[in-house]
Amino acid sequence: MTAQRETAPPAPRRSRALWLDVLARTCRSRRGQVGLALVIPIMLIALLGPFVAPKSPTAFVGLPYAGPSSEAWLGTDGIGRDVLSRVLWGGREILALAVLATVIGIVVGTALGTTAGYVKGALDEAIMRTLDVALAFPQIILALLLVSIIGPELWLVCLAVAAIHAPQVARVARAATLRTVEQDHVKYAEAFGIPRRRVILGEVVPNIISPVMVETGLRLTYSIAIIASLSFLGFGLQPPSADWGLMVNENRIGIQQNPWPVVTPIVLIAILTVGVNMFSDAVARSALGIEAPIAPPSMSGSDDALGGAEHVATEVPAS
Amino acid sequence: MTPEPVLSVERLVIEVPRTGARVVDDVSLTVGPGEVLGLAGESGCGKTTLSLALLGYTRRGLAASSGRIRVGDRSLLEMDEDALEHERGSLVTYVPQDPASALNPALRVGTQLEEVISFHRRNEDRAGRRVLVTKVLEDVGLPTTRSLLESYPHQLSGGQQQRIAIAMAIVNRPRLIVMDEPTTGLDVTTQARVLQTIRDVCREHGGGVVYVTHDLAVVSSLAIRVAVMYAGRLAEVGPADQVLQRPAHPYVHGLLQAVPDIEGRRELTGIPGQAPDPGRRLEQCLFAPRCPLAVEECRQAIPPPVAVGEGHRAWCIRVAEQAGARVAAGPGVAPREVAAEGSGALLAIDDLDAGYGSRPVLHGISLSIPIGASLALVGESGSGKTTLARCIAGLHTGYTGTISLAGAQLARAARARPAAAREAIQYVFQNPYSSLNPRRSIEQSIAQPLHYTEEHPDRAEIDRRVSRALDSVSLSAAVRRRFPHELSGGQRQRVAIARALIVEPRLLVCDEVTSALDVSVQAVVIELLDELRRRRGLSMLFVTHNLALVHSVADEIAVIEEGRILERGPVERVLARPTSEATRALVANVPRLAPVASGAG
Repeated sequence: MTAQRETAPPAPRRSRALWLDVLARTCRSRRGQVGLALVIPIMLIALLGPFVAPKSPTAFVGLPYAGPSSEAWLGTDGIGRDVLSRVLWGGREILALAVLATVIGIVVGTALGTTAGYVKGALDEAIMRTLDVALAFPQIILALLLVSIIGPELWLVCLAVAAIHAPQVARVARAATLRTVEQDHVKYAEAFGIPRRRVILGEVVPNIISPVMVETGLRLTYSIAIIASLSFLGFGLQPPSADWGLMVNENRIGIQQNPWPVVTPIVLIAILTVGVNMFSDAVARSALGIEAPIAPPSMSGSDDALGGAEHVATEVPAS
Repeated sequence: MTPEPVLSVERLVIEVPRTGARVVDDVSLTVGPGEVLGLAGESGCGKTTLSLALLGYTRRGLAASSGRIRVGDRSLLEMDEDALEHERGSLVTYVPQDPASALNPALRVGTQLEEVISFHRRNEDRAGRRVLVTKVLEDVGLPTTRSLLESYPHQLSGGQQQRIAIAMAIVNRPRLIVMDEPTTGLDVTTQARVLQTIRDVCREHGGGVVYVTHDLAVVSSLAIRVAVMYAGRLAEVGPADQVLQRPAHPYVHGLLQAVPDIEGRRELTGIPGQAPDPGRRLEQCLFAPRCPLAVEECRQAIPPPVAVGEGHRAWCIRVAEQAGARVAAGPGVAPREVAAEGSGALLAIDDLDAGYGSRPVLHGISLSIPIGASLALVGESGSGKTTLARCIAGLHTGYTGTISLAGAQLARAARARPAAAREAIQYVFQNPYSSLNPRRSIEQSIAQPLHYTEEHPDRAEIDRRVSRALDSVSLSAAVRRRFPHELSGGQRQRVAIARALIVEPRLLVCDEVTSALDVSVQAVVIELLDELRRRRGLSMLFVTHNLALVHSVADEIAVIEEGRILERGPVERVLARPTSEATRALVANVPRLAPVASGAG
C-alpha cells in the first residue's frame, strides 16, 4: 500500500484557488454560518422583494400612519403608502450601492497599495502620503461634502463611499505587499525581467488575497452603514422612491402612530450589518488558519523550537 | 551496573489527540550522570518535540498520551504547570537554537542572569548572586566585567549571546540540560570551550546533557552516546563511535553517506525518497520504503530493537545484513579536470565594488568563470557572497565595475538586459519555500519563464518542455498539478532547478541552494546539480558557506571575506594548502565525521 505512495507526495488536498478555500472554510465555521443565516434572508428580501410585493411602493392605499391591518400588514406611511411593499422595494439600491462601492474601493485600494508597496521609493511616498491626507478627513463628512456640492446622484454616492474605502484598503494591501515582495519568487520574476505589472498581478496579488478578503468584508459593513446614513440624510435615492434609509427619515415624525415604517428598515439594516460583519470575521479567521501551514518555515536546516509547532498542530489534523 | 540515570524516558508517545497521529512514537532513552547524548535526526523526525517534552512541555495541539519521563527522581509528566515552572531552570534547563530570541532584548544580560538565580534560589542575597554570576561567566569564557553585565543583548555578538544563554542554563547546576543545536553559531575554539564547560558541569554535578542536532558531524565531536530518530521513532541508539563507524540501521548508514566530507574522501550519496508524513501510523518499519535492504518482513510489523553491541541497539531486523557494510572510505571523489584556460570565460567580473546605500559590501572583485566550469564562492555570512551573486543576476544594481557574459557587458538591472542574457543566467535561490509562488501549481511555476521568452512557444511546446525539465530533475509527472506546500523541501528545490533549466541557461547561479535542506536531501540535490553540469556543460557559480560541499560541486574555489576575494584556485589546492589565515580558519571550522574517542574524555 505504501509502494505506490512512495513516488507521489500526499494526495493533493488544496489545489483550488485560495479564496475558494477560505470561503469554503468560512462556510463550515459556526460564525460564518450564523453570519450567512443573518445575511441571506435580508439579501433575499432586498433582491426578490419587488417581485413579491403586494402593492406598488408608490400607490396610496390608505390613511397616513394607519396601523397594521389585513390590507397593509405593516400599516401605512406618512402619505398612506403600504409599508410592507416599500420595505420589499427599498433594499435593492442600498445593497447594490454597498456592494458596488466596496468593489470599487477594494480594486482601487489594492491597485494603489500593491503598486506603492512593490515600486517603493518616491512613488510609494507620493501615493501613501496623499492617502494619509484623505484619511485625515472624517469619512462621512467627506462623503457629505462631495454629495452636497455635486448633488444627490447615485453614482456619486457610490464613488464617494468607494473613495472613503480606498485609502484604508491601500494601507492593508501595501503592508501585505511589503511582506510578499521579500519572497524569492518575486525576486525570481524580477531577475527574469518579467514586466512589473505582471509581477504585481501574478506574484503579489494572489499572495495578498486573504488580508484583502478580510478587508472586503469589513468594508462592506461600513458601506452599508454609510450608504444607509446618506440616504437617511436625503443624499441617496430621492422621494418618492422606496429606500430603507429614506423611509426612516420620512416617517420618524409618525413613529408614535405607526412605528413600523421606521423600525422595519432599521432592523433590517442592523441585521444585515451584523451578519456581514460576522461573516467577514469568520473569513478573517479561516484565512489565518489556512495561511499558517503555507507560510514559509524557518530558513534553518532543523525545525526550530516553537516556530515549527503550528505546522504539526495545524497540518496534521487537516490530513 | 550503572548508577541511577539522570534522565529516563520510557515508551513515550506524543500524539495529536484529535487524530491519534503520533509525532513521537514509543521512544525510550536514558542519560546517565555526566553523559552527553546526541539526539540526531532530520527535520520533522520529532527530535524537537521530544526535546521539549523533556522539559515537560508539549506544543499546543499535541499531548504526551503515554509513557514516562523521569529526571532524577521527579516524574515530569505527572506534574502540574506550577511545579513544572519551578523545575524548569533548576532541574531541567533549555538552551535554544537562536540566542537572539532567547534573551529579553529589553533587559540587561546581568539582570537576566540574576533573575534566573533569584527565581530558583530565593535565599541567595545580592552578593551571593553576584558571585555565582561571575563564576558562571568564567565557565562559559566571557569576561566578567561590569560593562558586559550592563549590556543589552543586541550589543553582544551572536557568540556572546549564545554563551549568555548557556550560562543561564548552567548557573543553577541542573540535572539535565537540553540543548537545541546551541553551538552552531560559535567558532571552533569557543565551541570547544563551551562544550568542555558543559561536560565539566555535567561531571561535577552528575548532570546529563541532551544535545539535539541535525548534523551528525557535530555529534561525532562531542557526544558520548547517540540516538538517531526517524519519523518519530528511534532508529538507533548507541555509543557515538560505534554508531558513526559501524551503523547498524540502514537509515543511519545512508545518513552518514550523505554527510559531505571536506577531504573529499567519499562520494556524496543521498537517500532516495522522502520521510513519511509526521504522524502517519503504520504497523511497519517506517524506513522500509526508502531502504535498500528492506524485505517483505519489514512491511509486516514495527521492528523491535535489536542489540548489536554493548548499549547499542537498532530498530531494524536487517542488522545482520547491514553489519557488513561500513561507512565506506570509497573511491573518493575523482579529481576534477579544470577547464582549459583557452576555452574562454563565460562570465567575467571586473573590479566590482558594491554596496547598500553608503555601506560598502564588496571591494574590487574580479572573477571569471570559464565555459563549463564550476566555481564555488565560499565565505561566512555577511562576507558579501550573496550580494555578488545578486549583482550577477541583475537583482542588485548598486555597483560599479563591469560584469560581462561571453564578452558582452551586462546592464546592471535585469530588466535592462537583453532577453538572451536573462535566459543565459539563471538564479536558484536559497530557500525553496519562498522561491516558488505558493499560489501556482508546479507546472505553472516551471512554465512561467517560457511566457516571457522571445520565442513565445505554444501550449504543446510548453507542455513538452515542462515534461523534459521535470525529467531532468527526476521528478515524476505526478507533481505537475501539485502546489509547492504539498512537496518536500528537496522536491521544491528540484522544481526551482527545473524552472531554471527550462530556458536552457548557460550559467546557473546557486545561492546556498542546500542550506535549507536536510543532509540526505542535500546530497541528492548536489548529485543532481553535478550531473546536470556534466551532461549539459553548464557553468555554475555555487555560493555556499559550507566548505565540505565544495568537493562535490566545484572545480575551483574562491574564498571571500569582508567583500574581498582572499584566494582563488583549484579546490584540492585551496583546501589542502590554504594561503590565507581566513581560509585556514574556514577549513578548520568544518565539523568532521571523525572518530570520537577523545570526546569521551
